[in-house]
Amino acid sequence: MSMLSFERKYRVRGGTLLGGDLFDFWVGQFYVGFFGVTTIFFTLLGTALIIYGAAIGPTWNIWQINIAPPDLSYGLALAPLKEGGLWQAITVCALGAFVSWALRQAEIARKLGMGLHIPFAFSVAIFAYFTLVVIRPVMMGAWGHGFPYGIFSHLDWVSNVGYQYLHFHYNPAHMIAITFFFTTVLALALHGSLVLSAVNPDKGEAVKAPEHEDTFFRDTIGYSIGTLGIHRLGLFLALSAGFWSAVCILISGPFWTRGWPEWWDWWLNLPVWG
Amino acid sequence: MNGNRKTLLPVLGSIVGLSLLVAGCEDYPPVDAEQQGFRGVAMEHVTNPRTVARLKARNQMPEPLERFEAEGDLASEVYENVQVLGDLRETEFLRLMTAITEWVSPEQGCTYCHTDNLADDNIYTKVVARRMLQMTKTINSKWDNHVGETGVTCYTCHRGHPVPEEVWHRDPGPKQARGMTASSAGQNIAADAVGVTSLPYDPFYTLLQQDNAIRVASNAALPRGDNPVDIKDTEETYGLMMHMSGSLGVNCTFCHNSRNFSAWDESRPQRTTAWHGIRLARELNNTYLEPLKPVFPEDRLGPLGDPSKVNCATCHQGVHKPLFGAQMLKDYPELNAVK
Repeated sequence: MSMLSFERKYRVRGGTLLGGDLFDFWVGQFYVGFFGVTTIFFTLLGTALIIYGAAIGPTWNIWQINIAPPDLSYGLALAPLKEGGLWQAITVCALGAFVSWALRQAEIARKLGMGLHIPFAFSVAIFAYFTLVVIRPVMMGAWGHGFPYGIFSHLDWVSNVGYQYLHFHYNPAHMIAITFFFTTVLALALHGSLVLSAVNPDKGEAVKAPEHEDTFFRDTIGYSIGTLGIHRLGLFLALSAGFWSAVCILISGPFWTRGWPEWWDWWLNLPVWG
Repeated sequence: MNGNRKTLLPVLGSIVGLSLLVAGCEDYPPVDAEQQGFRGVAMEHVTNPRTVARLKARNQMPEPLERFEAEGDLASEVYENVQVLGDLRETEFLRLMTAITEWVSPEQGCTYCHTDNLADDNIYTKVVARRMLQMTKTINSKWDNHVGETGVTCYTCHRGHPVPEEVWHRDPGPKQARGMTASSAGQNIAADAVGVTSLPYDPFYTLLQQDNAIRVASNAALPRGDNPVDIKDTEETYGLMMHMSGSLGVNCTFCHNSRNFSAWDESRPQRTTAWHGIRLARELNNTYLEPLKPVFPEDRLGPLGDPSKVNCATCHQGVHKPLFGAQMLKDYPELNAVK
């Protein structure tokens, strides 16, 4: 991969969080840095462990490969490799890789003198995963509460966890999370179509400016959030979706052990119903 | 942006905090979890030790009455009009009568079922009690695939109340409009019977009295027209299942692997017990309870004129083994002598 003519200008030294100048270099297109090295390390090791887990498992069927967490009886202790220990090691690798990636994003952003919005945003995704495989299992007292690594098996986990609380759609945080997911999609669709309609005009038409975009929305719904605002809104909606997803699973078990429909008793018992 | 971030976090924090507060002060870690399937697929029964302690306090078996040698004449010879307990010796008979009073009418005493003339049948409670003794015998002798060796006594349902607290009558539902909106298929009213969900509010009449199909899953991936049940049947089934989990204090995965609810080979053995329990409830409702309708005074009947009937909660009362599996029948073999 060759470097584009203007790219050299941005390849400046500094901004690293760890390792000083030692890893402050590029390989081809990619910035390395200390956290690039750790990302590669955890990724390769974790993937190798998954492949090893598949190799000692009963199937190579990609849908059915399953690397399951330990039995609940192991509690928060380490389990033998073939009885959930692999899952524990892979979880460490996954978190190592995800966090390294976020810190690498932070280093690149610092290098460029940009804000840390991207690593912050990615951290919310890591937080959701961390909630699933660390916070909730620790709160419930066993690593076995984590979800298994496998395409079908993790779906079985999701389904069974949902039915443990009888009807997950009654989980208030799940409701909020779903609402944010759908609203994110709505906002992205509005934003994407608006931008394309302005800057991708028919042949012979002039490219339209943000004024056109703002006017379109003012004409339609009386208000335009503006070019900067739409991105703030988009980021807020998307991160909220991930955040409330983490909340909705965290409260299921540690803070609520019955069916979610029953949780709404407080609503049914409001004095306003007479 | 900085200002936004400073206000955002407290706002989010207070929303989470409020949700937890509303969720009830009883539910917080640590919780107990029992694994019920292969590791990692979340086949588990999660319970709150504080809720369980409360349930345990509420589901205590009374101390069994002292037993005496079976002596004296047969009850049928000593007393008049002893129709179902005539084979008991006098000591056994009196012991059982005392126990029943303690189980069913501790406050009302003997006169809840007896007039001054003990042989008198002109008191409906006595006629009902006689039938209930036969019902108990049927449960213990014929339905061991549901009640096992534990068996049931009057106390399993009555718990010191003349009318068990957990019974059902047919539910006429809220007043309906006419025409196109005449029926909402029993839905959308947060009914207690179905765990305050919006599912059909009276799954008992159709599924615990009538002999309707409860298994609603199709065997084929695509609709082929050979599965007669529709989505309304499914929701009714789910309504009954909500009732079952509420009455047993368990979740769906206590019996089912939710990846395939209908597959017996992926279900837990408890599902078999529950299957028999559904048939048991139907037999009790149809053979013993509904026929008692003419015996009851009107104020004991439901809004549609039907007598009290049983569902899972009648015995279970929030616990998957009633009274936490306490052996009770073994202390009262008199109950097996019912004719």
